[in-house]
Amino acid sequence: MPDQVLFAMEVTLNGLMAGVLYSLVALGFVLIFKASGIFNYAQGVMALFAAATLVGIMDGQVPFSHLINAIFGTDLHHFGWHVPALLAIVLTVGVMIVLAWLVQKLVMRHLVNQEPIILFMATIGLAYFLEGLSDLMWGSSIKTLDVGLPQGINDTIDRVTFDAFGYGFFIDNLDIVAAIIAALLVIALMAFNQYTKEGRALRAVADDHQAALSVGISLNFIWVLVWSLAGFVALVAGMMWGAKSGVQFSLSLIALKALPVLMLGGFTSIPGAIVGGLIIGVGEKLFEFLIGPMVGGATENWFAYVLALLFLVFRPQGLFGEKIIERV
Amino acid sequence: MIYREAGDFSTTYQQDSQTFPIRFDRYRYYAILAVAFLLVPFFINDYWANAILLPFLIYAIAAIGLNILVGYCGQVSLGTGGFMAVGAYACYKLMTSFPDVNIFFHVILAGFVTAGVGVIFGLPSLRIKGFYLAVATLAAQFFLVWMFNKFGWFYNYSASGQINAPERSVFGIVVTGPNTHAWATYLFCLVFCVGAALIARNLTRGTMGRTWMAIRDMDIAAEIIGVNPLKAKMTAFAVSSFFVGVAGALFFSVYLGAVEVTEAFGIQKSFIVLFMIIIGGMGSIFGSFAGAAFIVLLPVFLKNVLVGGFGWATDVAAHLELMILGGLIITFLILEPHGLAAFWKTIKEKLRLWPFPH
Repeated sequence: MPDQVLFAMEVTLNGLMAGVLYSLVALGFVLIFKASGIFNYAQGVMALFAAATLVGIMDGQVPFSHLINAIFGTDLHHFGWHVPALLAIVLTVGVMIVLAWLVQKLVMRHLVNQEPIILFMATIGLAYFLEGLSDLMWGSSIKTLDVGLPQGINDTIDRVTFDAFGYGFFIDNLDIVAAIIAALLVIALMAFNQYTKEGRALRAVADDHQAALSVGISLNFIWVLVWSLAGFVALVAGMMWGAKSGVQFSLSLIALKALPVLMLGGFTSIPGAIVGGLIIGVGEKLFEFLIGPMVGGATENWFAYVLALLFLVFRPQGLFGEKIIERV
Repeated sequence: MIYREAGDFSTTYQQDSQTFPIRFDRYRYYAILAVAFLLVPFFINDYWANAILLPFLIYAIAAIGLNILVGYCGQVSLGTGGFMAVGAYACYKLMTSFPDVNIFFHVILAGFVTAGVGVIFGLPSLRIKGFYLAVATLAAQFFLVWMFNKFGWFYNYSASGQINAPERSVFGIVVTGPNTHAWATYLFCLVFCVGAALIARNLTRGTMGRTWMAIRDMDIAAEIIGVNPLKAKMTAFAVSSFFVGVAGALFFSVYLGAVEVTEAFGIQKSFIVLFMIIIGGMGSIFGSFAGAAFIVLLPVFLKNVLVGGFGWATDVAAHLELMILGGLIITFLILEPHGLAAFWKTIKEKLRLWPFPH
C-alpha cells in the first residue's frame, strides 16, 4: 500500500481515539441537558476540578493552603501522606456528589423556570467560580496525574501492522484504555437509564417535568442525581485528559471542543454524542493531515466548529436530535 | 417629587416622541454629557484613563453592539471576540495602507468591514436557532482568530505576529501610538461611545428595532405579520457587528496600541461582553453601559481591596477574584435575571410615586 494511504489510516485511527475523548466530555453535557434543559458550560471546568481534586487527594495536599497561608501567615502545603489511587477516586466521586448537591441547592433551585439563556449564563458563572475554587484549593501549577493507566506506544499494534504493511502504526495505550472506558461508561449509563428505577425516573423527567412531578418523582433528587452523574463523567474525562497532558487550565477548554460534537450529534442524544465525537475526531485529524499543510496548519482550532456549522445548515437538529417542531 | 410627568406638556409630535419624556431624565442626561465632555478631561490622569475610563467606553460600545443582536433581535452570539479582531485588523490595515486619511474615518470604515463579515457569519442564523446558533457563532470566533494568526498579510508580515498602532492624530492632537495624552484618547473614545449610543437608541425605537424585537419575541409570528426575517436578522447582524468592529478598532488602536490576536480577542472576550449585557440588562442601551461599568470596575475594585487592602499575594487574589466574579454573576441572575436595567426601572417607578406612594 502507498505510504500516504497508510499515514491516512493511522491518522484516522488516532482521530477515532481522540474522538472518544471528546465524546466523554460531550456525554456529561447531554446528561444534564436531557434531564433539566440546562446547557452546562461548566462541564469542562468540572473535569478540571475533578482531576485537580484527585491529584490533590492522592498527594495529600492541604486544601486552600495558599489562602490559609496568606491569612494566618502559616506555611502549610502537604499532610505528608499518599492516598492510593482507587480510594482517592472514590473520595473524589464523593466530592463531586457534594458539589452537585450544592449546585442544585444554591444555584439551580433558584433559577427554575428561567429562560434557557439565563441558565446558560449561570453555568458560565459557575465555571468561573469552579475555576477559581480549583486554583485556590489545589494551586494553579501544572500537576501530573498518575493513576496507573498504561501510557506510550502500543507495541502489539505497532508490530502487527509492521508485519502486515511494512509500517508500524503509532497508537497510544492511553487512548485505547480511554476508548474502552468510554465504551463501558456508555453501556453502564444506558443500562442505568433503562433498567433501574432512578434511570426510569430520569427519563420521565427528561420527557416532561410536570408529568413527572405529578406521578411523584422528586425533581430535586433527579437534578442532584444528574449533576452527580455529570460530575462522575467529568471525573473520568478529567482523568483521561489529565493523564494525557497534565492537569492544568487548558483542561477546562475541552468543554469548547465538546460543543461542536454536541451540535453534530444533537443535544439530547447519548449515541449522538458518541458518533459526533468520532466524526469530529476523525474529521479534524484528517483535515489537518490533508488540507492543513496548504493553509498553514493548526486548523484543529476551528475545523470542528465550521464542520458543525455547515452540517447544521442542512440539518438544524443535529444527527440524532429530536426534530424541532415550531408552533405559533 | 421632581421625577414625574405631571406638568410636562408636549405640544408637538417631536416633543411627544423624544427619548427622555420626563424632564428630570432629560436634564440628568444633559448633565452627564456635560460632565463627561467638559469636566472629566481636565481631571483625568493616565491611571484613570487606562484602568477604568477607556475600557469602560470601549466595552460599552461593544456591549451596545452585542445587545442589539442578543437583546433586541434574540440571536445569541459568542463570536464577539472574533468580530472585535476583525475591527482591529481592518483598522490596522487601513491605517498602514492609507496613512493620510484621518483615523476617525479608519475606525468607521473598520466598522463597515466588520459589518460585512458579520453578515456572512450571520447567514446561518436563518436556519439555526437558539443554542445551536450560539455554538455556531463560535466557528466565527475560532476561525477569524486563526486566520489573523496564520496569514502574514493581515499583520504586514511583522516578525512578532503582533500589530502595532502607528502614531495618528485628529485635528493635530495625537490619539494613537505611545505619545498620547489621557484626555485626548478619552475624548476620542467618548465621541464614538456617545455616537454609538445615540444611533443604537434611535435605531431600536424605529421600524428596524421593532422588526428585530418581533423576530426576538417569536420569529414565526413575526414572519406571518409581514416581517422579512432575512432582512431583519441580517440588519441586526450588520449593525451589531458594526459597533463591535468599532469597539475592536478602538480597543486596538487607542487603548492597547499593540495586539496579539489570540490574547486580546480570544473566546474570553466574547464571554466578557456577553456578561456585560446579561448583568446590565438585555434589550436596554442603559443596561449596556451599566454592565460595562460593572465588569470593568469589579476587578479593579477587588484588586485594590485584596492586594492593596489585605496585602495578599496576587495569585491568591486572582483566584479569589474569579470566584467572586462567578459568584456575583450567579447571585445577580438569581436576584434580578433582567439585569441592572430592570433594577433601575424599578427605582424609577418608585421615584415617580415618591413621596406619596398611595
